[in-house]
Amino acid sequence: MPQQRRDPAVLEAWQDPDARPFLEIQNVTKVFDAHTYAVDDVSLRIYKGEFFSLLGASGCGKSTLLRMLAGLERCTQGRILIEGQDITRMPPYERPVNMMFQSYALFPHMTVEQNVAFGLKQERLSGREIRSRVAEMLELVHMTEYARRRPDQLSGGQRQRVALARSLAKQPKLLLLDEPLGALDRKLRERTQFELVNIQERVGTTFIMVTHDQEEAMTMSSRLAVMDVGRILQVGTPSEIYEYPASRFIAGFIGAVNLFEGRVVSCEEELLVIQSDDAPGEIVMYHANPLAVGTPVTVALRPEKLRVLDTPPRDDRNWVQGTVREIGYLGDVSIYHVGTRQNRTVQVQVTNRARRTAGPLTWDDSVYLGWDNDAGVVLTA
Amino acid sequence: MTGRRPFWLFTALAFGYSFLYLPIITLIVYSFNDSRLVTVWGGFSTRWYAELFRNEQILSALWLSVRIAAMTATLAVILGTLAALTLVRFTHFRTRMLFAGMVAAPLVMPEVILGLSGLLMFVTLEQAIGWPPGRGMTTITIAHVTFTSAFVAVIVQSRLSQLDVSLEEAAMDLGARPWKVFFVIILPIISPALIAGWLLGFTLSMDDLVIASFVSGPGATTLPMVVYSSVRLGVSPQVNALATLIVVVVATGVIIAGWLLHRQTRRRDR
Repeated sequence: MPQQRRDPAVLEAWQDPDARPFLEIQNVTKVFDAHTYAVDDVSLRIYKGEFFSLLGASGCGKSTLLRMLAGLERCTQGRILIEGQDITRMPPYERPVNMMFQSYALFPHMTVEQNVAFGLKQERLSGREIRSRVAEMLELVHMTEYARRRPDQLSGGQRQRVALARSLAKQPKLLLLDEPLGALDRKLRERTQFELVNIQERVGTTFIMVTHDQEEAMTMSSRLAVMDVGRILQVGTPSEIYEYPASRFIAGFIGAVNLFEGRVVSCEEELLVIQSDDAPGEIVMYHANPLAVGTPVTVALRPEKLRVLDTPPRDDRNWVQGTVREIGYLGDVSIYHVGTRQNRTVQVQVTNRARRTAGPLTWDDSVYLGWDNDAGVVLTA
Repeated sequence: MTGRRPFWLFTALAFGYSFLYLPIITLIVYSFNDSRLVTVWGGFSTRWYAELFRNEQILSALWLSVRIAAMTATLAVILGTLAALTLVRFTHFRTRMLFAGMVAAPLVMPEVILGLSGLLMFVTLEQAIGWPPGRGMTTITIAHVTFTSAFVAVIVQSRLSQLDVSLEEAAMDLGARPWKVFFVIILPIISPALIAGWLLGFTLSMDDLVIASFVSGPGATTLPMVVYSSVRLGVSPQVNALATLIVVVVATGVIIAGWLLHRQTRRRDR
């Protein structure tokens, strides 16, 4: 899986209080038809060289936000600044921003070459300069030999690369990508994720990508924002969002999760003791902020953080018992759905270390599942 | 049963096509008739063709019709395209439904009404502002533009609504101003629809008898008017010859267009 290789000085910029953001979105709101809040009071700071993703289900406002950055949609309220310059009212053809469209939007009556050259021609560069830049861009996306083809003579993956070359040709300060891999099949998508991250590192442009695919957002971005109904729910690095989701919605949206409802019965320093109807014993969890006794909480546990045990733990904490109901064999790992005595289904993921046709567990096996007190997150929202 | 089906199919096909083409074939055959009487066969001859090319009245009417048709088609493409653009791109103005209906109305309006209302308008205009002076080529052209632009608007509208809006957005995003987007992106992509609209406008104008009869004046006689009036005085075989020539020109045009289209789609599929 591609992971951005980070230059710490540049890419941890969001942790530096003195760093000047490259792009600032200040309280941006977009209202359609006087009532529908497509984007609702969104503020974001994005730093130079970032690969930032806007993640959310369809209709969450992520595309509208992206289109406002491109100037294709007017902000109802708020401001957008690039390097301190207010571009909120600037028309799209004057912004130092380019966009790669979900449909690629290649001009059907022009060749690959002419498509890539289109933006450069608008800048009135000399013919020689345009030719050399087009050649450079086609080289970057490995499309040199297709320069004379028309878009309808290309495959989906080739069109995607032409669209990328065209949007990068003008060397924008900021590149917006609207579901750039959405139209590709799975195998090609994985390879293209890799390429896209490589290209971004090479050109050093700040990328903002819109996607509904959480895996894509996780593997490619330096940081991501999870959106729902026009609002930003959480901003963070992929691992922050996966390991420390801010709410049950985010925990469920990104990856699989087991949720245990309960109440705080005691709070000792950073250790919370939780009583839950979903588990026979107490649940003990680390939590940075103390919570009052009686507070309703949800414990979120990822399937890969659970362990399969032969006996219940001696201290009677952090365990459930149940029988294997379903087995999903994925090759590298297996996922077991365990029906607990409390009538809940708990997912557990086991790495298949040894080569076996069937795992160590089979249907209707009785198992104990346990976890450590730092394996999960305590959520109050 | 299945053995009979081809026989019935062929019979139906033969009937259908003879229904469509027998009159035209009869006309072509009789254009080579030596006899002055249209319905009596008097041997093969091309003399009506020779007489046709000496007939000043028919030739000048043909020339007038071609000029009117070309002018009409050009103006109709411009107006119709503008109307279509407005209707497809500006979806949020209040009277849009009304305008959309009004653009299409001439398609279903009886020609007699169009012709009569045109005549009334031109007479009123001449009395009020002195323009257009009398009736003739100008008034026929204006009247033809009013109804052919409706056809063009419908054709261009259907092409435009299939056009991906993101193409325009991409062009703007890459730095092209709106007017440039129109000329460099939209126009080339919808050009087949514009050509189709132009040809349709040309044909409709060439073909029109009713509206032209209403709004034309002395000295401006279009080809259909000449043909119609000469038929009323007894058909001259010259008309057959003229009709045959028109059929040949149109058929050639259709075959060339079809061949070009076929070649284009084949190149695209490759």
